[in-house]
Amino acid sequence: MKTNTKKIKQLTIAVTGMNARADNPGPGVAVARCLREVIGFTGKIIGLGYDVLDPGLFQTELTDAGYLLPYPSAGEDELLSRLDYIQQREKIDVLIPCLDAEILSLIHLQEQIAALGIKMLLPTETQLQCRNKDRLHQFANQIGIKTPEQTPITSSSFFYDCAKKGWTYPLVVKGQFYDAGIAHNPEQAVGLFHRIAAVWGMPILVQKLIEGDEVNLTGLGDGNGKLLGAVMMRKRAVTDKGKAWAGMTVHDAGLLNAAEKLVAGLTWSGPLEVEMMRDKHGDYYLIEINPRFPAWIYLAKASGNNLPWALLEILHQQPLSELTPPIAGTLFIRYAQETIVSLADFEAMMMNGERAVAV
Amino acid sequence: MNTQHHPEHPLDSFLAVYSDSLKRLALNDSGFVFDPMSGQSFTVNPCGLELLKLMQKQADVTLIEQQILQEFAVSADVLERNFLEFSEQLRRYLK
Repeated sequence: MKTNTKKIKQLTIAVTGMNARADNPGPGVAVARCLREVIGFTGKIIGLGYDVLDPGLFQTELTDAGYLLPYPSAGEDELLSRLDYIQQREKIDVLIPCLDAEILSLIHLQEQIAALGIKMLLPTETQLQCRNKDRLHQFANQIGIKTPEQTPITSSSFFYDCAKKGWTYPLVVKGQFYDAGIAHNPEQAVGLFHRIAAVWGMPILVQKLIEGDEVNLTGLGDGNGKLLGAVMMRKRAVTDKGKAWAGMTVHDAGLLNAAEKLVAGLTWSGPLEVEMMRDKHGDYYLIEINPRFPAWIYLAKASGNNLPWALLEILHQQPLSELTPPIAGTLFIRYAQETIVSLADFEAMMMNGERAVAV
Repeated sequence: MNTQHHPEHPLDSFLAVYSDSLKRLALNDSGFVFDPMSGQSFTVNPCGLELLKLMQKQADVTLIEQQILQEFAVSADVLERNFLEFSEQLRRYLK
């Protein structure tokens, strides 16, 4: 059933990823900001997080209430049970997941969550798996997009004789789900291997380093192969973790072309971020596809494309009202700010895992 | 038809290679230059700004130099040297 724009502005939207450590923030706070700033928005935004120190859970200017979710390792039944509890209190209309690790569970639970009355715009499990780090190479090459040469390894001995096999330093050492680092010699590589394997398990992926400029794109896949509302960003400054703390919108035809091919090839549904490297010859290499909005999503809104709002419009079969050709040259600079939390709110989050709407 | 023939200028190849990149640059009268594809920005002095404007309009180095010589108090030798240095600096920013 169609919902008109006025009604969308009255919806209750739950957003995950309310973590916001300055060196590596989750996207949830930025997504909430995009929604909150829509003119005439009178709905509620419910922040969902995993840690009592996730600031978005307490930011009353952005979220009306905050709840803790069980970690994905607790299992899908726990997650569903918690969502059911939250739903009874908040009457959520739409859930926008913002963290990679929760997407698969939500795909598995999609029917049950829909039965609770909560809509989501998610990729299918097949689409999600195609962009897994261990399968991305194969998929990208099938549609004519280059990726850095990559090999899975299960032993750190690889790093001592890899030169014989054509692997010269510096190399990128990556976890199969998350985390990566650049190693300039075998000692650094072995250190990364053990650190990443301890958290994310085997295999570890070794990738040839592409030197050049990192360019990123965010947008929405409509599920029929079309990329909507693309916004491109080049990092201008990064944190120790390689995350952008300053970035600027650009118009990069090569990146856009590659992203359109990827979305068409996957018939991707939902938000995504495409990360690519452009080398000194102007060739593009796909590094990663993230199945969610990026932490810099507020830049998309600021440059003319409010993608979180467009997601709501897609879910409610409304014309896309907030998408315009983005303006190149819009700069963001991230900064840290203290969120003040009352003892009562902190206690409620610690003891009950929630900061409910004040009445 | 009157056709002028110039011996090949060392900057001809620069303009041939970077013609598209030069044309997309956004130039502000303040001297602020922005490349919307790479996100790079830099500043140039009034002479550099005029050179960029002329390079966006035409690919004939001799005509560009003639225009600059008319507008700025600079000798042909100094202009030639500075133009070459400027093109080398631009290569670092343009893709």
